[in-house]
Amino acid sequence: MYSDNFEYYRPKTVSEAAQLLKKHKGSRLLAGGHSLLPAMKFRLANPKAVIDIGAIKGLCGIQMRGKTLWIGATTTHADIAASPVLRKACPVLAETAAQIGDLQVRNRGTIGGSIAHADPAADFPTVLVALGATIVARGGKGERKIPADKFFVDLFTTALKSGEIVTAILVAPHGRHTAGVYAKHPHPASRYAVAGVAAIVELKDGVCARASLVVGGATANPVVITAAETALAGRKPDGPTIEKAASAVAAAIPDPMGDTYASGEFRVHLATVLAKRALTAAVERARG
Amino acid sequence: MASRIFGSGIKRREDPRLITGQARYTDDFVLPGMAHLAVVRSPYAHAKIRAVRTKKVAAMDGVLGVFTGKDMKDAGFGPIPCAWVVPGSETKTPPYPPIAIDVARYVGNAVAIVVATDRYLARDAAEAVEVEYDPLPAVADAEKATGKGQPQLHADVPNNVCFHWKVSGGDVEAAFKSADVVVQERIINQRLIPNAMEPRAALAQYSPATNEVTLWVTSQNPHIVRFLLSLDTGIPEQKIRVIAPEVGGGFGSKIPHYPEDSMVIFASKMCGCPVKWTETRSENYRGTIHGRDHIQDVEMAAKKDGTILALRAKVWANLGAYLSTASTGIPTILHGLMLSGAYDIKNIHEDVYGVFTNTTPTDAYRGAGRPEATFMVERLVDLVAQKLKMDPADIRRKNFIPPFTDGHAVATGLTYDSGNYVGALDKALAMAGYAALRKQQAELRKKGEHMGIGFSTYAEICGLGPSQVAGAVGFGGGLWESAIVRFHPSGKVVVMVGISPHGQGEETTFAQIVSSELGVPVDDVEVVHGDTERTPMGWGSYGSRSTPVGSGALMGAITKIREKSKIVTAHLLEAAVEDIEYADGKFFVKGSPGKFKTIQDVALMANVAWNYPKGLEPGLEASAFFDPPNFVYPFGAHIAVVRVDAETGEIRLERYIAVDDCGRVINPMIVEGQIHGGIVQGIGQALWEGAVYDESAQLLTGSMMDYALPKADFFPKFELAMTETPTTVNPLGVKGIGETGTIASTPAVYNAVMDALLPLGIRKLDMPLTPERVWRAIQSARR
Amino acid sequence: MQYPVSVNVNGSRRKHQVDARLLLVHYLRETLGLTGTNVGCDTSQCGSCTVLMDGKAVKSCTVLTVQADGTSVTTIEGLAQNGKLHPLQDAFWEKHGLQCGYCTPGMILTACNLLAKNPKPSEAQIRHGLEGNLCRCTGYQNIVAAVQEAATRMKA
Repeated sequence: MYSDNFEYYRPKTVSEAAQLLKKHKGSRLLAGGHSLLPAMKFRLANPKAVIDIGAIKGLCGIQMRGKTLWIGATTTHADIAASPVLRKACPVLAETAAQIGDLQVRNRGTIGGSIAHADPAADFPTVLVALGATIVARGGKGERKIPADKFFVDLFTTALKSGEIVTAILVAPHGRHTAGVYAKHPHPASRYAVAGVAAIVELKDGVCARASLVVGGATANPVVITAAETALAGRKPDGPTIEKAASAVAAAIPDPMGDTYASGEFRVHLATVLAKRALTAAVERARG
Repeated sequence: MASRIFGSGIKRREDPRLITGQARYTDDFVLPGMAHLAVVRSPYAHAKIRAVRTKKVAAMDGVLGVFTGKDMKDAGFGPIPCAWVVPGSETKTPPYPPIAIDVARYVGNAVAIVVATDRYLARDAAEAVEVEYDPLPAVADAEKATGKGQPQLHADVPNNVCFHWKVSGGDVEAAFKSADVVVQERIINQRLIPNAMEPRAALAQYSPATNEVTLWVTSQNPHIVRFLLSLDTGIPEQKIRVIAPEVGGGFGSKIPHYPEDSMVIFASKMCGCPVKWTETRSENYRGTIHGRDHIQDVEMAAKKDGTILALRAKVWANLGAYLSTASTGIPTILHGLMLSGAYDIKNIHEDVYGVFTNTTPTDAYRGAGRPEATFMVERLVDLVAQKLKMDPADIRRKNFIPPFTDGHAVATGLTYDSGNYVGALDKALAMAGYAALRKQQAELRKKGEHMGIGFSTYAEICGLGPSQVAGAVGFGGGLWESAIVRFHPSGKVVVMVGISPHGQGEETTFAQIVSSELGVPVDDVEVVHGDTERTPMGWGSYGSRSTPVGSGALMGAITKIREKSKIVTAHLLEAAVEDIEYADGKFFVKGSPGKFKTIQDVALMANVAWNYPKGLEPGLEASAFFDPPNFVYPFGAHIAVVRVDAETGEIRLERYIAVDDCGRVINPMIVEGQIHGGIVQGIGQALWEGAVYDESAQLLTGSMMDYALPKADFFPKFELAMTETPTTVNPLGVKGIGETGTIASTPAVYNAVMDALLPLGIRKLDMPLTPERVWRAIQSARR
Repeated sequence: MQYPVSVNVNGSRRKHQVDARLLLVHYLRETLGLTGTNVGCDTSQCGSCTVLMDGKAVKSCTVLTVQADGTSVTTIEGLAQNGKLHPLQDAFWEKHGLQCGYCTPGMILTACNLLAKNPKPSEAQIRHGLEGNLCRCTGYQNIVAAVQEAATRMKA
């Protein structure tokens, strides 16, 4: 409940933040604080300095920039869930945000904070990988773009280098016959994803042109079910085809994690069922 | 004409301060010079304490003191008493030092305390205390702990068996021999964490000049705490003031006198300033009592026409590492004596072994022993029904004790007060539309879908209780209640009571009683509770006793007030006392209602005594004590309707119907609220909750991240109805209702899920019924 | 080292020097003496500590006081205006939406945010919106009824 002592900084620019990160060894960035502060209160994280990027202008917001959706890293889950821009251009992202935590958590938690934390049970990583999103990071050496499927590398570990800060997430808006669904089985206590499945489908002439199926919650990082995507590509997405695609989940996750609430085997089973349901719902949406 | 205040759902008097944030809970209190206490707790379930290094810590920023168990003992603070020692059961009572001295016996056992100027510094200091442990083998399972070669927790308690208690009625052996059908089951009534929303806290202000101490504490029974503190602190009882201010829920977990109560008094004495301790939620999970935790081998015998002949059970009740205040009574008296349930089961036998394990001590938790009995009975009845292919409603109806109003003796030795079990069941069936539900179920089954209907027809024992019985069963106190009703000259009333409500609404309902009985406007009545200095001796609020027992005392005082008022009125109206009658706040001459005095007139005259009967004492104040002649036995019928998703094992609660009977109802809104809250906690046990220890007795469900508490979106709207079968046990004919929801709902929902899974041949699952458990059972059944 | 903060709390500007680690809930309860906001857990789940920060419901146990610098905070003590109870407070009282009262301040403030975003919520939306507020006493049913009642009054 009571964290250790630390120094607190509130930079006004990303460069200032990057410099502070470099200067203070072991320092941590703070945005919404709903991953870092709980850890600090249990003294599982004891940074000597905390760098609050919540006041940096230009890191927050949701806009169409040309043909790309730009989401600032410190945009809250609540704002993403309510965004009229997103509800039109990429509804699955808004709907995912609406399922994170609870109302109060969504008012503080940020998309940048969520993905930088890379919790295996988080929701955004799964969906961003399925959307083929790009993460923009800035550090001492300038800016770089990291594809979502390369961003999450291990348990609570991202591809961010020391001193790098996530500044934005870029997502391609859905085309007219593209739709996505995120289905999750929440842990009854923590509400984190025991299994979370993102299904994105693009239909063309009644056939599935492209499909994306990603599973989170059962492994350190989201798993792309490539075999499912292949099984759907070019085919009519009817019941049996979807069922076949979903059945690829188990083989794609040979070594799932488990806990007292749900074993690894059960998580994979849940993911299979959720995959079927999410794909079915996504196809129906894409048709409509 | 006075409005029907009794039976009216008026708004609560408690609420204005609660909805505006003006209420003061224990942690809200700040005293000048106050310091904060933090507890260093063992991370091991069982370990020798080799050394506690405190010197470095004592020099830390803001630290006023660091103390060990030995320091506390040397200062004259004794072990925490167990106030309920069940007789005739060879009960052993090993000592419970408030701070462990040589051995830590459970994860969370206090091993040292620090006092600092603020709570953050106190935590820094606690983290810096170095304790050297020699870990020992540990055991968490009660049955396992009685086995050969298991870690022994206490000297002189061989095989960790604290007691062996039995209850017997009729001839169980003969009944089983003559049975047409016998069903057996092993039931795990799993350990639960009470999780009152307010964590425990204690604030002590010790005055060395007078050897007096005031303790603000989150307690359901301040007088009991005062009494027990007088035994283990060395401070005489009349010099101890215990105040339970606003208390944020208890559910039994705030009954005990805890080690921290003594710690803050000790620390205040040693540091010369007020000292406050507030637990964190994680601390609460380790250091505040847990509930339930029975392993039950049970069997029921019946005739082929569905008549239940006998029930036999062997139970290992996990007591945890030490005896808490009421620990031994919960799995015995409050449990085994209710094994007849709402039925006429003539042959009953139960053996209960109370066992020590390296886990958090267990004690009363909402229902306290009765959920463990009701679940057992209601599950076995369903199993018999299934074996005989009988409808679960029909088998219950067949075995119910027929309606009675003035006593019915059961095989365990109890005499229930009143009951109409078939009436409650019929009402519930009508509300549920039972025939239509079964039809819907049949149709869904044809489509391969799983819908279940579950019953729980319960009777339970509460309104603790007759003091002679308390003594006979080893409870270390009385269970009567007290009330003082005092009229001020201005006609306003203050009622001082020995109960100590913490959300149950007696500030409102007792004002309603006074208003109804004496005609005083409800707003003119103030009910005072919780402060031992402002209230008469009483035994607190738990066991659904505040209303059935507390109102008995209140009525006693009211009756005395009414009788005295008649004498005063007779004098003022120059009439004979026998000719004075009372109605709606007026005392008048029989036959001449125009000649009257109001209760306010009487109150004023009694207080000033100008024109007053010779020989009558002035004042309009009466005190009464009420020792109930029996417990009270509320009852009801609950029906749960669920759907099971066979693909995921997920359970959806579709409908929940509850018909309950608590005798006469003072405030229906408050009664419904108690039922709602109780139902949710009971369903919590069936579907989500469970405190889990691993093989080395480490608490795996260590926070709300792992222990799944029910949330608002887990439930449909409950459908409630009441029947009203008064009791003759107390003047108002009221029974308790605080625990019935919890007692009833666990088996109702469990039986519903099992009913849904019946076509798959699944007949047993452990609680909580997580999706994985259900899914695995379905998978196994399909193979 | 301490840090200066300036927070508007219930309409008053408050200025203090605080430790970086001081949680907003402790600043409110102990530095400002506003004990209406309660602490119920240590894993940011129970919602008893909920306050409004710039109009949004947040868990004050998971906000550093320094993060609240420059913001406007409303606690339960600041909800009633000129002695008149907020419709939510009235509704909780009327519908018996509380028993021990410990979760109530947080529950009411979350409901405030909920109704501001969605003035006509369905029962399901109310139950979902209160996911972050635990109650052990009421079983939630009367809380839902209270929020529904408040929604009706606030619309009028």
